[in-house]
Amino acid sequence: MQKITSLRMEHITKQFPGTLACDDITFSVGEGEILALVGENGAGKTTLMNILMGLYQSDEGRILINGEEVRFRNPNDAFSAGLGMVHQQYMLIANMTVVENIALGYKEAWSPVKLDLAKVRARIVEISEKYGLAVDPDAYIWQLSVGEQQRVELVKTLCLGARFLILDEPTSALTPQETDELIVLLKRMKSELSIIFISHKLQEVKNLCDKLLILRHGAVVFEGETADHSMGDIAALMTGHEVELPVNKEEACNGTVVLDIRNLDVQSDRGFLALDGFNLSIRCGEIVGLAGVSGNGQRELAEAINGLRKVERGEILFYGEDIANKSPHHIIESGMGYIPEERNTEGIVPAFSLKENLILKDTERDEFSAHHFLKNKAIEANATDLRVKFDIRSPNTSVAAGSLSGGNIQKVILAREISRRPKFLLAVYPIRGLDLGAAEFIHKQLLEKRREGIGILLISEELDEILDLSDRVAVIFKGKIQQVLERKDANRRTLGILMAGVHDDQTV
Amino acid sequence: MTRQFKLTYKFTIIILAILAAMGIGSIILLAIGADVTKTYLVILLEPLKSTLQISEVLLRAIPLSIIALGISVAYRSGIINIGAEGQMMMGILGTTMVALSLPTLPKIILIPLAILTGALFGGLWGFIAGVLRAKLGVSELLSTVMLNYIAAQFYTFMLRGPFLDPAEKTLGGAGTPQSMRLTKNLWLTRFIPRTRLHTGLFIALALAVLIYLLLWKTDFGYKMRASGASGRAARYGGISVGWYLVVSMVISGAFAGIAGAIEVAGVHRRALEGITAGYGFSGIVVALFGGLSPIGIIPASFFFGLLIVGSDMTQRLVGVPANMINVLQGIIILVIVSTKMILADPYLMERVWRWYQRHCKTKPEVEA
Repeated sequence: MQKITSLRMEHITKQFPGTLACDDITFSVGEGEILALVGENGAGKTTLMNILMGLYQSDEGRILINGEEVRFRNPNDAFSAGLGMVHQQYMLIANMTVVENIALGYKEAWSPVKLDLAKVRARIVEISEKYGLAVDPDAYIWQLSVGEQQRVELVKTLCLGARFLILDEPTSALTPQETDELIVLLKRMKSELSIIFISHKLQEVKNLCDKLLILRHGAVVFEGETADHSMGDIAALMTGHEVELPVNKEEACNGTVVLDIRNLDVQSDRGFLALDGFNLSIRCGEIVGLAGVSGNGQRELAEAINGLRKVERGEILFYGEDIANKSPHHIIESGMGYIPEERNTEGIVPAFSLKENLILKDTERDEFSAHHFLKNKAIEANATDLRVKFDIRSPNTSVAAGSLSGGNIQKVILAREISRRPKFLLAVYPIRGLDLGAAEFIHKQLLEKRREGIGILLISEELDEILDLSDRVAVIFKGKIQQVLERKDANRRTLGILMAGVHDDQTV
Repeated sequence: MTRQFKLTYKFTIIILAILAAMGIGSIILLAIGADVTKTYLVILLEPLKSTLQISEVLLRAIPLSIIALGISVAYRSGIINIGAEGQMMMGILGTTMVALSLPTLPKIILIPLAILTGALFGGLWGFIAGVLRAKLGVSELLSTVMLNYIAAQFYTFMLRGPFLDPAEKTLGGAGTPQSMRLTKNLWLTRFIPRTRLHTGLFIALALAVLIYLLLWKTDFGYKMRASGASGRAARYGGISVGWYLVVSMVISGAFAGIAGAIEVAGVHRRALEGITAGYGFSGIVVALFGGLSPIGIIPASFFFGLLIVGSDMTQRLVGVPANMINVLQGIIILVIVSTKMILADPYLMERVWRWYQRHCKTKPEVEA
């Protein structure tokens, strides 16, 4: 198989109904280069890459590989040319195992009469050992956390023999250690192949990438060497204005405990104890960051607190009342706000309009209905109001919420949860996959709520997010709290070690 | 893109769709040696030529629309009700039972009571499938179809046994499995002389308004639609999805039951075999065809009533067997459903627009 020594996209233009997604974009990637592709959500990065991968056809422009023009009519053409992409939205079939998912694209294991799963398994083991990406070949995708699924995607792409990698936010679900390892790995891999690295995390971009391509509103606003520019410059070029993520610098408040989780046991979908004697308490007016690699019980914890998963043992005291195994409705009514992990499928009803989604939890409230009849004017006014306050960018309040971008969907959820005046807020990966502008906005809102005296449990894998916002940091590992640290004692190193399952006292 | 282009585009696609449907149909009609043009004219125009014929179309549209309304409620709530046929039979039994046991009640009490009992019986039949799905996760496709079989046998048993017309048992009777003619107090008024069109029409229209209000104007309907559109998000929002599944199935079954009650009280005036006439299944198509909303279901049920009456007439006037007309109906429905999908694709329209701009540059452009 021939190496891909150069890849060039020239004058790529792509029009969608109502928007110009790519506007005359030209760039090239040379041998052994890592190109960072950055830009806000909706800047056209994903569309550009989908054109490169043959998912879309560009209206104008051409693609050159090793100096020769190529045409990709479908993803298979791009695969056979040696391009491999790990998408932001995982292209995995939930009801199939890891082996089966990878077998889907692994043509060498196919024969007219038999699918050689043993061969696929051998290939997975080979790849995952070579690159240090641990996956359980027999796990079903639906059983895996988002982070684990991403690993499967990486393994899949490598298994299928990619010689040019496109990584769409590959680190958004990894721990700092894993991220560092991935970056070392990618640096090592660039002697073998070239990479396009899409990320919002400018630190990684600075660490890893030689060249930088910044898109805004579908057009190239900057192309050049990474080393010449500071992170602040890059952020400003991306967004068109100066960006600064807010930091929680205030004194910890010693309020009363509002959420007290005691000896909680909760089962995972696979039947083992995902939470095993879990203890954590959160006071009002403080943000507790729960750090940990996804798949260590975070999802189960969030669902158990909100009545969406059965609690086997233990209690969840919320303002003194045990809400374990209470109905979601009861828990919502007692003042719980919840920003769920799966914002597109759980946090909103995608087919419902923006304004309908904003009253998802409040249809019975007098404000929005009288004698069971919905008050359309009030619903509309509520949406108009929140749309401005939370800077939700949508043509109007009647568009389907599912058609909005990730950042705007998250703002819809946040708007709903915050406008309900909750007594507590549980935020799960609130800025995952969001661009800087949206992340900044959401963090400001969380800090604002903290100042108002609301207790917040922030579940995240991003240590920067945790360290920026938290008053205290708890680390979860295999369903237990490893340790709870005051903010002053927490740093990337200690957290990373704890997240990997090593106790503080075990380190020398 | 110009407004003019958009209109032309949509119009062209509709014309092409009609031509395609007729084209495919023609092949089949030619294969059986029928007169193609005449068949089409008869099926589409003959039923509209006289008041009597139109009333017959409306008569078919009444049960179709009521059943379709019920199915749309279930469908919107995330449960697919294929059991309307059985639920309708149960409704007929309920109505017949009331009419047979309380024949002396005045009209104003008997009719509502009989219809409500029909609704109750149909609703019960829907409830079984709903509870099985909500509590045990039994697929409603399985349970509703099986409940259809049970209802069909139970229906036959009741008509041959407890409800059998005493006159049929005598020496002079033919033993036809049917109930005796029900009391006049149950009869719905036929309000156009010399037609069978009955006041059930207004009940159907009222029910359509009711469903519209329920689904789109109440918090109850909001929750049902949320459960159907995304069960996970609904559960997250504190909505007890399982409960709404059961309720929607009860409503769906009750509507099929009402359709049965109205058929008995308005058309047949006794319970006999074959009243359901496949309405329970056609109702599914009408519901989907009408876009699962009352505003679409009303015209859709009229159109299907037209096809039913039209196919009857082709048999008599052109000699094309009614079975072949069913084939034609199937083709027309497939084409219309596909056309709706094509019309809803903005990307295709965009492509055609660009193609048009590239190839028809000679024309002066009218920019919107």
